[in-house]
Amino acid sequence: MGMTMTQKILAAHAHLASVAAGDLIEADLDLVLGNDITSPVAIKEMDKMKVDGVFDKDKIALVPDHFVPNKDIKSAEHCKCVREFAIKNDITNYFEVGEMGIEHALLPEKGLTVAGDVIIGADSHTCTYGALGAFSTGVGSTDMAAGMATGKAWFKVPGAIRFNITGKKAPYVSGKDVILHIIGMIGVDGALYKSMEFTGDGISDLTMDDRFTIANMAIEAGGKNGIFPVDDLALEYIREHSSRTPVVYEADPDAVYDEEYTIDLSKLRPTVAFPHLPENTRTINEVGDVKIDQVVIGSCTNGRMDDMRIAAGILKGRKVAKGVRCIVIPATQQIYLDCIKEGLLTIFVEAGAVVSTPTCGPCLGGYMGVMAAGERCVSTTNRNFVGRMGHVDSEVYLASPAVAAASAVTGRISSPEYI
Amino acid sequence: MENAKGKVFKYGDNVDTDVIIPARYLNSSDPSDLATHCMEDIDKTFVERVSKGDIIVATKNFGCGSSREHAPIAIKAAGVSCVIAETFARIFYRNSINIGLPIIECAEAAAAIGDGDEVSVDFDSGIITDITTGQTFKGQAFPPFMQNIINAGGLVNYVNDKA
Repeated sequence: MGMTMTQKILAAHAHLASVAAGDLIEADLDLVLGNDITSPVAIKEMDKMKVDGVFDKDKIALVPDHFVPNKDIKSAEHCKCVREFAIKNDITNYFEVGEMGIEHALLPEKGLTVAGDVIIGADSHTCTYGALGAFSTGVGSTDMAAGMATGKAWFKVPGAIRFNITGKKAPYVSGKDVILHIIGMIGVDGALYKSMEFTGDGISDLTMDDRFTIANMAIEAGGKNGIFPVDDLALEYIREHSSRTPVVYEADPDAVYDEEYTIDLSKLRPTVAFPHLPENTRTINEVGDVKIDQVVIGSCTNGRMDDMRIAAGILKGRKVAKGVRCIVIPATQQIYLDCIKEGLLTIFVEAGAVVSTPTCGPCLGGYMGVMAAGERCVSTTNRNFVGRMGHVDSEVYLASPAVAAASAVTGRISSPEYI
Repeated sequence: MENAKGKVFKYGDNVDTDVIIPARYLNSSDPSDLATHCMEDIDKTFVERVSKGDIIVATKNFGCGSSREHAPIAIKAAGVSCVIAETFARIFYRNSINIGLPIIECAEAAAAIGDGDEVSVDFDSGIITDITTGQTFKGQAFPPFMQNIINAGGLVNYVNDKA
């Protein structure tokens, strides 16, 4: 029986000729990731393990990005714990404030994730690296601890859903609209325990940043991972960012899929997920009159250069509506610098937006944009659960950078086509 | 494994990790701190009402969202002896096994058991009994590989046993 792309990567890392959905395997890890929320718990667990240190100091990435620069004393203690562990174990890829970025934008940019890798991260959006043809998945802190100690993790080999992407996107449609459309279609548990395998001619119409956004939100459909085939664009990205050699796996022609869907990009419209689940999607023409208090443009989902350019294109020469707070967060120092060089920061500030150092802060209601009762935010982030961005009676509407920027200008959820 | 018995706290679909332990409390990783805010954004009085041994029952996709292990840690530290659901989100499922919070998938039990019912779970057989209504259900037992991790007392001991 043929294997999916995910199954082939897992088989190779488990030193098996083949695997099938449901098999329990132990796989070698190419990278183990943690952040300032999850690593302290992992470090505490690793202390209980009878091991001398980490399995490979070059294959661990520690990225304090959630509550940094430290938002309070407790966060500072967490970051200190991670920093001391990194120093003690001589971790190569520890990123301090000043060089850190939001982990899932940072690691591909630093060339730490390439096609064919098996990657675990103690952060649910670790599935982002599937955009480069890697198997990557989110785990908890104890799995991270065992991964750092042994270089291995156990997996149940997932079945798969295939998404055949065709056509070309209309203007103002981006990767965010593709993945919100898919989550709206299959639901927040539609891909539970499964891999989401994207294929088809339409992939050539998706930029790398579109693909990162799509793979990033596989978890919001319950998926174990999301994965893209490795085409010339992906290889070029890897060559530009990494000195490592990618290994390209392709699904067998007779691979078995539990379900298959076709997504015609030309039929997609800008899409918004209403509170309080990412599956509550409406196309922009179905949104109605929704007045907003805040806009967030950033995060591991949409804080990359494409996103900054799209937002700046809409905000240029316009003003954020009176009474609306617009927070722009370039996801890494490199993206921040590129925004400066391209004049995008000037556009954001002149429009009346604030620009922040890289942080996950507002996405999870940590700091830097927490909402009061009754407030509404259009956000390019990934979750709109109850209380996600602050008070339990606040609301998050998930959308693309184009919709978010247009909404900042009008003060209502708006289509970028009509401002 | 020790069997579970207690009063049920019943919830619906897609109970996410943000309502189990809101991110505003993630500046702590101390289990007893986390327990004092367990379920706060879905059930404000949970912490006052929960007693040692009580059981959470929910329907689809329990624990969806973030990978924070703080979620099962908070539930376990609050005294909950078992979570029964129709399905669990996969990271929550892994985390629960890894930290030793018993969880069991059973669609029939998840649908039939009511809030406040007295329920017992026999982990060896997978039998769930609703003592209040007299109904019994057969939950899904863990595959042997996961049973080994649970029997070892979680992933840390499992790694140590293999070392």
